[in-house]
Amino acid sequence: MDFVVIFFLVCGLVFFTGGAVGILRFPDFYSRLHPAGKLDTMGSLLMMGALSLYNLHHFTLGNMLTSLKIILIVAFVFLSSPTAIHGIVDAGMRAGLGPWTKGDRRR
Amino acid sequence: METLFLFVSLYLCLIMVLSLYRGIFGPTVLDRLIGVNAVGSKTVVLLILIGLIYERVDMFVDIAMAYAMLNFIAVLAASRYFQKRKGLYKEMK
Amino acid sequence: MDDREIRNTMRQQRESDESDSLSASLPERGGVPASIVTFFILFSLWIVLSGRFDLFHLTLGVLSCVIVTLFSRDLLFPEPRARGLLGAWIRFVSYVPWLLYQIFLANLHVLYLSFHPRMMELIDPQIVRFQSKLRKDLSLVTFANSITLTPGTITVYVSLDGDFSVHAIDEKSREGLPGEMEDRIARAFGEQ
Repeated sequence: MDFVVIFFLVCGLVFFTGGAVGILRFPDFYSRLHPAGKLDTMGSLLMMGALSLYNLHHFTLGNMLTSLKIILIVAFVFLSSPTAIHGIVDAGMRAGLGPWTKGDRRR
Repeated sequence: METLFLFVSLYLCLIMVLSLYRGIFGPTVLDRLIGVNAVGSKTVVLLILIGLIYERVDMFVDIAMAYAMLNFIAVLAASRYFQKRKGLYKEMK
Repeated sequence: MDDREIRNTMRQQRESDESDSLSASLPERGGVPASIVTFFILFSLWIVLSGRFDLFHLTLGVLSCVIVTLFSRDLLFPEPRARGLLGAWIRFVSYVPWLLYQIFLANLHVLYLSFHPRMMELIDPQIVRFQSKLRKDLSLVTFANSITLTPGTITVYVSLDGDFSVHAIDEKSREGLPGEMEDRIARAFGEQ
């Protein structure tokens, strides 16, 4: 079981790294939102799943409740992260920032 | 296993520094908001890792849940606040 | 921003139509009262979050859940009676694994893009507009959240009539746009 936990942890770290590199490299803030919001969501799903699995090593009622709470956090992140992204996009649209198209300079 | 968790959390801190670059030097306010949001979503995982290292997960998981909610509400409130500002566009030039 | 104003007036018209039809069909029977369902959802959440099973904490939970249910009765279910809840729940849960698989595939694509050395030539961000055939509020919200969760696409604007504006990052994520996901959501929420 330890191998499964380590595998999921490393996969989550790869997704988090991709998110951080993407935030630095993409040209404008609409395209930066793609790695920021979603690779982070996927990474936290994988890492939290691995941690809740590791937490079930000693199977007691308290440990099961704690793992359930971790899964609840993941569900909350999956609901709230698109909403936060949509809020940021909406703010940019109302301020009148146009999206970056091919051939513009980096912002 | 504790050593592995320690190294994983150190690596997470390193990635958080990368995201913090966008939070400090981002050209517009919204870029800074993206950076802060990315740091916050990594902090939730980091809190649970700290709980596993100190073997007090049942306490730290509540803190992580409260932090996730606080991160969501902070981003939403900040983006709603800056919607009414006209200064977003000028800052780029 | 002219089209946004037009959309706003359209939305107001649609809302007034809806309220007329709602008041016409008020007396309905069958199903469970929605406040009881809300109470049980809140109480199961209380049990998971508190983790104590003695009499004092359970009484506290029942009291606070009743108070919250009284205050926010029409927040979770707009109608006073919930019908066909179990079937809708099963259909929604069977939609989730497909969504997770789709999110995983699309995440790999964005991961490839963000590590690619010549990323600036690969991406071509554009805003796509299309008209969706979904009608219910809940299915529109689920569709918008699913579009945002599959990487490469972000919902920029949704109107109540189903006009979507989507920011897509490259050709590959743009071509699959309304596509299969809309059909699956329509099936999961009992439209069509």
